[in-house]
Amino acid sequence: MMAWLMAGLLFTPLAWAALSLLADFRAGWRLAWFGMALQATVAVLLWLAIAQEGGFYYPLGGWSAPLGIELRVDGLAVTFILMTATVATACGLHAGFYLDPDKPWQRYFWPLFWFLWAGLNGVWLGADLFNLYVGLELISLSAVGLVALGGAADALRASLRYLLAALVGSLFYLLGVALVYGQFGTLSLGGVAQLAGEHTGLPGAGLALALMLAGLALKTALFPLHGWLPPAHGIAPSPVSALLSALVLKASFYIAARLWLELGEPQGSYGVAQLMGGLGALAVLWGSWLACLQPRLKQVVAYSSVAQIGYLFLLFPLTWQVSEQVSQQAQQGMTLQVISHALAKAAMFLAAGNLILSTGSSRVADLAGVGRFLPFSLFSFGLAGVSLMSLPPSGGFAAKWLLLQASLASGQWWWALVLVAGGLLSAAYVFRIYRASFQEASGQDDFHHPPRRLEAIPMALALLSLGLGLAGDQVLSVMGLPFEEGS
Amino acid sequence: MTPDLFYAFTGLVLFITGLFGIIALQHLLRKLLAFNLMGSGTFLMLVGLAQHRNGTDPVVQALVLTGIVVAIAATALALVLIRRYYHLAGRVSLERDATDEGRP
Repeated sequence: MMAWLMAGLLFTPLAWAALSLLADFRAGWRLAWFGMALQATVAVLLWLAIAQEGGFYYPLGGWSAPLGIELRVDGLAVTFILMTATVATACGLHAGFYLDPDKPWQRYFWPLFWFLWAGLNGVWLGADLFNLYVGLELISLSAVGLVALGGAADALRASLRYLLAALVGSLFYLLGVALVYGQFGTLSLGGVAQLAGEHTGLPGAGLALALMLAGLALKTALFPLHGWLPPAHGIAPSPVSALLSALVLKASFYIAARLWLELGEPQGSYGVAQLMGGLGALAVLWGSWLACLQPRLKQVVAYSSVAQIGYLFLLFPLTWQVSEQVSQQAQQGMTLQVISHALAKAAMFLAAGNLILSTGSSRVADLAGVGRFLPFSLFSFGLAGVSLMSLPPSGGFAAKWLLLQASLASGQWWWALVLVAGGLLSAAYVFRIYRASFQEASGQDDFHHPPRRLEAIPMALALLSLGLGLAGDQVLSVMGLPFEEGS
Repeated sequence: MTPDLFYAFTGLVLFITGLFGIIALQHLLRKLLAFNLMGSGTFLMLVGLAQHRNGTDPVVQALVLTGIVVAIAATALALVLIRRYYHLAGRVSLERDATDEGRP
């Protein structure tokens, strides 16, 4: 049973990618229905199985560790797999209705979409440093392809900038992997953690950790390395922006977090932990501030991603040499923040796409009057905003509440100030969109109504992110002891 | 200094040269070549460091082979994008100029 589930999980995205290469957009779309249903079913079943039986190691194809690829299937990994299945299915459905099937290049959307999904699953499950690298590259290359697909010169410039940033980030990571292998002679995350715990303060391992974290920070668009993100996320078609912000950024962060939790204690230092947290805090403030100033709707949402990613990096100082309980709180807060941001940001980008479809303009100022014509998409946008502003009962609130508790309990009160200021600033940019939409007396009053099904998808995602705060306990209990089971 | 360590140091020099190139050079093709230089440097370090410590090691050689495949895929994608960008924008660098102000 478990073997079938794992095979289904890993095999379908790759098989569907290959199959949809042969099909045009419409056939790929019909194919995608089956694929997405299959992936979602498998993800739910696997989640339920892990919830009952706990995590395990899965040797791919029966080949075990040094020679084959070993996958670590634990509570956190399946939680993220389920999140990926939810968000990617929503974005896939939205894309099927949203993208113009008559453009010849759109047929490449589905293969790239499926390759992206395969890479994401690979990263959530990866148990050794090199396969994580391969997964990251698969994700980056398909994400760049999705941004560039059929775009004009500006989209290509954005995607080239994205590609260069992603490649440099990957090479820094790979250089760190080279140092780790040279030092420890193993690549399995568990093995490296064990060896690093026995020999503390190795200069090679510390440098390796620094290189890998720097590369991953560039790929996660941590301030001040975020320059590539807003153009790429702002210019891509809305379903693609949603995928990139919700899932792609999280993959590189997930690796950084796992590295930190395994290697941070023996090889990291107070300075590194505070530096990563400080950069995260600056990202929160700077990203939110710039989001308030952007003239274009999708740029507002993209800069909001820069800010929300910043919260995740508070994990670094809040798990370094603190009590087990505080570390646990910080990890749970981080996980909830990843999931609630994924759901809320996907909802926001899809709703923003609907708003742009309806007004025919990407400027915030041109939203004037849309409040009377398109309350449904605007409402989804607002519900997603509630989660970003971290108002109760949303998932964003639960996440920041846990982070707040962890920062106070560990005596690092300065992070609490960041959490509060970030919440206020995000309220400012969400209300800015609202103010623009309810402004009367604009010359324009011809709005197109997007089809209902396009409006329903962001609403469903926004409701999920809102409900996450209420169901947070169940989600967190399945994660069990995050990151701990495999080591 | 063993030959393996020499390879690793050469790799480090290549990596830094490539990094400098990717930041300082404007032409996109040069940036891409610089990326490839960085990649080759990384591979040399991967093999050099591992074999310096453990002797001949098939695992790293397999890793480098995989890494080369990834680098080729990335280079091919970048070339397609650069070519298309050149066709549409008529330029070979990412700099903005005055005509870009009205971008969507």
